[in-house]
Amino acid sequence: MSKYLLNKFLFTVDRDPDLVERYREDPVGTVSWWEAGEANRILGSHGGESSTWLRFDDTERAALSTHDYPKLFELGAHPFLTLTLFIALFERDHEPMGFQTEYARRLAHFTLPYPDIAT
Amino acid sequence: MAELVAVIASTHHPFYYRASTATGEDRPPFADEWVRKIEAFRETLTKARPDVLVMVGSDHFHQFWLDNMPQFLVGKAPFYDANWYNEEREFGLPKMFLKGQEDLSAYVLREGLDAGFDLAFSNELRIDHSITCPIITLRPQNDLPIVPIYTNIFAPPLPQPKRFVQLGQTIRQLIESWPRAQRVAVIGTGHLSLELGGPRQFGPHGPDPEFDRKAVDWIAGGDLEKCLGEVTLESLHLPGNATHGFMDFMLMMGVAGEGQKADYTDTYDLFHTMEAYFTWYPGGGAR
Repeated sequence: MSKYLLNKFLFTVDRDPDLVERYREDPVGTVSWWEAGEANRILGSHGGESSTWLRFDDTERAALSTHDYPKLFELGAHPFLTLTLFIALFERDHEPMGFQTEYARRLAHFTLPYPDIAT
Repeated sequence: MAELVAVIASTHHPFYYRASTATGEDRPPFADEWVRKIEAFRETLTKARPDVLVMVGSDHFHQFWLDNMPQFLVGKAPFYDANWYNEEREFGLPKMFLKGQEDLSAYVLREGLDAGFDLAFSNELRIDHSITCPIITLRPQNDLPIVPIYTNIFAPPLPQPKRFVQLGQTIRQLIESWPRAQRVAVIGTGHLSLELGGPRQFGPHGPDPEFDRKAVDWIAGGDLEKCLGEVTLESLHLPGNATHGFMDFMLMMGVAGEGQKADYTDTYDLFHTMEAYFTWYPGGGAR
């Protein structure tokens, strides 16, 4: 299990306008493409110096591939990263603040202590 | 020697810019009162007539990432571009450009290292809304050079609250020993209780109004002893999952000093979070 890699996906997609749209339209394809070619890239380095050991487990891959943000919260993905990206993905489909309040409702079954986000 | 002419602690609400510039049907009902409060707060900085601003904030996973995460970092550059694509996207924040006070950055780094803080540095720093929000609210003409200081309140493991206080105390000592005849203000932003990406987010008030009331009393009264007695890395999870940003307020209490009551305090209860604004005049009043 890699909270770090979940966060790396959220971080690298969120900061790229094209990737945000691609992930919205094709989550399965985007996650598959990203895991194959981007997951091991050390940010700021060329591909010849990529890491060799990073991969999602099945649960993580499924959560990202289905836009399942409550599951990402349960897995300990950084909640700020998840919130920011998912607002970019889906706020446009709701009334102002509607997505944010729905997001809270869908997480309402979580109680303290929340899942650990330390990486 | 330089003079510390104002110490300012504030929340940084990224929606202020959009709310305050919206017109007609787009203008939220709370905007006018918010603008009035911000303009009054701004006057507390204007009155201090600063030459240089030391800006304390926290990068929100913009430039700093989990492969290389600094705990405390000082920007040392002649200029700083500011605000990121996802802040423009979500909050409508404009791109900005700020001048740096590079000699003070160098001084803070050298003397800070020698005073026991192993500060990281950056010679090319794109700053984010934790620093641009207070520029927008407190110095919208953006005419003063800055020294940005980032803290990690975001990616555990985090430094202990007392380290934030100690860093604030050290920043004050360094400014007051900087051998330049400059008027320096320190502006730091953080949060009271806050939840982001969790079940308590975006409610009608901040997630823990009782914590907010206590926190405002600690800050306004300069009650570091009580604050440090109640606040731990573990306890900050309780008021809301982003409440570790309160440690930047504790840093600013360290700058202001133990027992120093704020000369100006204001709050504004908004949906989602309590806004809070504090100013101290270390010399006993703006001169």
